[in-house]
Amino acid sequence: MNGELKELKLTINGKPYELKVKPQALLVDVLRKNLRLTGTKQGCLTSSCGACTIVIDGKAVKSCSILALQANGHEVTTIEGLADGDKLHPIQEAFIEHGAVECGFCTPGRVMSAKALLDENPNPTREEIREAMQSNLCADEGYVKYIEAVEIVVKKTQGGS
Amino acid sequence: MAKEEKHSVIGHPMPRVDARAKVTGRAKYAADIELPDMLWGKIKRSPYAHARILNIDTSKAERLPGVKAVTTGKDFGGFRWGWIGTTRDEEPLAVTKVRYMYEGVAAVAAIDEDIAEEACELIEVEYEPLPGLFDPFEAMKEGALLVHEDRPGNITTEYHWNFGDVEKAFAESYLVREDNFKTPRMAKGYIEPPAIVAYWPDTDHLTVWIAKGSPYFPYRILARCFNLPLNKVRVIQPFIGADFGGTKNDMVNGDFAAPMLAKKTGKPVKIVYTQFEELATCLRRHPVWITIKTGVTKDGILNAIQTRLVADGGAYTRMSPLSLYLMGCCMTLPYKLPNFKTDAYCIFTNNPSSAAMRGHGIYHTRFAADVQMDMIAEELGIDPVEIRLRNAIENPEPGEIYHTVNKLTVGSCGVKECIEKVAQAINWQERKEAEKIDGYLAHGVGVAAGAYLSGARLTGHNAAAAVVRICEDGTVNLLTGASDVGQGSDTIMSAIVAEVLGLELKDVEIKRVDTDYTPADPGSFGSRVTVYAGDATKRAAEDAKRQLLKFAAKEFGIKPEAMDIKDKKAFVKADHSKSIPWLKLVKLACYTTPGNVIIGKGVSTRGVGQVPNWETGEEDVGANYSFTAEANEVEVDLETGVVKCTDNSVIAHDCGFPLNPPAVETQVQGGAYHQGVAAALYEEFKMDNGLTTNPNLVDYTRPRAYEAPMTKVIHVITNDPFGPFGAKEASEGSCCTAPPAVINAIHDATGIWIKELPAQPEKVFWALKQL
Repeated sequence: MNGELKELKLTINGKPYELKVKPQALLVDVLRKNLRLTGTKQGCLTSSCGACTIVIDGKAVKSCSILALQANGHEVTTIEGLADGDKLHPIQEAFIEHGAVECGFCTPGRVMSAKALLDENPNPTREEIREAMQSNLCADEGYVKYIEAVEIVVKKTQGGS
Repeated sequence: MAKEEKHSVIGHPMPRVDARAKVTGRAKYAADIELPDMLWGKIKRSPYAHARILNIDTSKAERLPGVKAVTTGKDFGGFRWGWIGTTRDEEPLAVTKVRYMYEGVAAVAAIDEDIAEEACELIEVEYEPLPGLFDPFEAMKEGALLVHEDRPGNITTEYHWNFGDVEKAFAESYLVREDNFKTPRMAKGYIEPPAIVAYWPDTDHLTVWIAKGSPYFPYRILARCFNLPLNKVRVIQPFIGADFGGTKNDMVNGDFAAPMLAKKTGKPVKIVYTQFEELATCLRRHPVWITIKTGVTKDGILNAIQTRLVADGGAYTRMSPLSLYLMGCCMTLPYKLPNFKTDAYCIFTNNPSSAAMRGHGIYHTRFAADVQMDMIAEELGIDPVEIRLRNAIENPEPGEIYHTVNKLTVGSCGVKECIEKVAQAINWQERKEAEKIDGYLAHGVGVAAGAYLSGARLTGHNAAAAVVRICEDGTVNLLTGASDVGQGSDTIMSAIVAEVLGLELKDVEIKRVDTDYTPADPGSFGSRVTVYAGDATKRAAEDAKRQLLKFAAKEFGIKPEAMDIKDKKAFVKADHSKSIPWLKLVKLACYTTPGNVIIGKGVSTRGVGQVPNWETGEEDVGANYSFTAEANEVEVDLETGVVKCTDNSVIAHDCGFPLNPPAVETQVQGGAYHQGVAAALYEEFKMDNGLTTNPNLVDYTRPRAYEAPMTKVIHVITNDPFGPFGAKEASEGSCCTAPPAVINAIHDATGIWIKELPAQPEKVFWALKQL
């Protein structure tokens, strides 16, 4: 069942990592258990809730949907890598200010989905935001304030440029 | 506005105190807790829904390298537990019989999760399969086999109440209608599955981190289970990935297995459920079969309602007695109802157990009653908004009380205003008259109204308390036993302290629950936190303020009552120019010889007093009652039966006074959507002889961002006399109005009545075919 450990090299939040992992280990498990990056949440393991969403090479990826070894050589950003020291990312700020956060369990995944969206498309329509956020299930807040919070970020960054 | 001006902190929008920790991923949930030498636990589960356990052989599992301990139900020495003393019918791990599919029978602790899982496979259990009961109507039949040998008739709980004279009222009615409705088995829906980390710092001292919205439940239950005094059980509350009742109040197999395995090994043990375990084995919303008979006058005024309810309670009692109580008692809100009779049964079956869920109890019967109200309105030719306004309870004048026929005490009621405002916001008249069908799409609007209790009044330990500690640098620590499960209570409690002490929100630091230090509290359920813990917190802050004002008053040679604190200053009420800055006052209080330590204490006993009479169904079930109205527009695809709730969706909620308006909005939007619209259109567990056939978030369909309506929220302010700062609940009531509003809207669009939730495409498709 447990094969030999394999070497994994990747960059996480700008830092290079070299570690040995079980070949069948999911990326979410390696992040959470091996590297203790527990900001990435594990909700369903069936790639359906989006709580484990991270960004790989600019794309939002559910980290339970790929093996850790598939991330070999790639650039990973997790929620821990978003703020610049004490200075939060505008998405994080908007989520706080707009009151979009309730229990917070799906929040890191949603912040990462929003980041991938805005990095690729800094001026999305409401429909594009809804489409991009559809992979993140929420249970308590009803999506309204999350969608509005992303719109606030868009407005701010577009207004500033 | 005038009301808001009175307050410096509450009533104004505030960012949540824990939001920063949550958006940065720093907030630790139970599954994120890691201790040195920690082991992983897994539960061995039964492949039968009903079977006798003849033998369990754990020897092969114990020999697997990496396995540190195995436990079975026998290790618990006959311990049984339940919601209250008289309902202790469940074992930590089944010993002689399993009563639902995948019930836990053993557990393993190993050095990693994979080995623990492999070891579970090696546990050999010999079963004698028994026939199962999966339909409550079969289980009610004379001579049916018994789920619990000592529970004749398979009756979990039953109520028979009678107020007024329904027979006479029906005879006098212009129209009497009887209809059957059904609500489905529904997942609680939180994304964070149950999780626990347990360890024993000493052989007689247990510490657990556990994903529970009501940490004082496991505190009491684990103390009894392990025969420990309460002061040796420490439950530390991590952040909670939402709690909508049921599993996150109550216990699961893993919550017993982890402490037992930790005891056996002397090491910390973590058990994290998979979403499969959550969905296949944990508590779900009761499916309820509702027969409702209603009599009205020619003008649509309610004369009487009679209901018969049959609920599938599943394998164990859990909190079904309260669920069924709530289904009945709130039929007398939000409309005036002079006569009401109900017979309600909850039945044991071999399905996974049912329990409380956001909108607890009331959601079922409000769905039936508010859809039937539209049927009646149609028969009588009355507009749905108009019939509701005619029947709605009036807002009592200040100082006056409205009593329902079953003696619920209503001190404030904004339901009329809620109905009027949603009708206006959705352009009711215009939408009703609009062309319904455009090609293959039909549009329609629906409205519903409802009410919910704030703070379930129960016997047992139902008081709440708070401790406010003034630090010598002028900052404040707040301890309560109340749990923020996402609803935002940590922010509200902190804001109440800031308001009373004339401080800013950032000056107050609330500590999460730790039973070694925080005061006992029943938990986050029954929409009780703001009204009870909020009241206790207000009292604690006032107590600290009284102590501080003694020092201030001494400076001016006057009585403390002649002074007040606001905007970081203690001042003489009669002459605001005489004042002491907050920090100076605190230093005065702390450092003046002989010195003092300012600790304010507050207790709320509002939830204790008069509790409901379970025999007669009378007396208050809450401290006060919130009111809601909701109007939704739907778009029905006539070719596929797919129904979508459009952005023309509005909910008006009377929470008395919104202490943090954006938090009320997210609560109400979430309730209206996830447990409301989702309940109306999407969610249902499919069952096959006790097996849940869709126990994952792909096949168990839940709505996503692209199909969510951008629901607008309207605050209706009534300043309730019984809530802290006039507040009432703001969460559960919003779940109860969406299902009837959506079903009524589908009727408006298409002419079909969906009487069994949810209105999934196939059901709508076939109903359209039969038109």
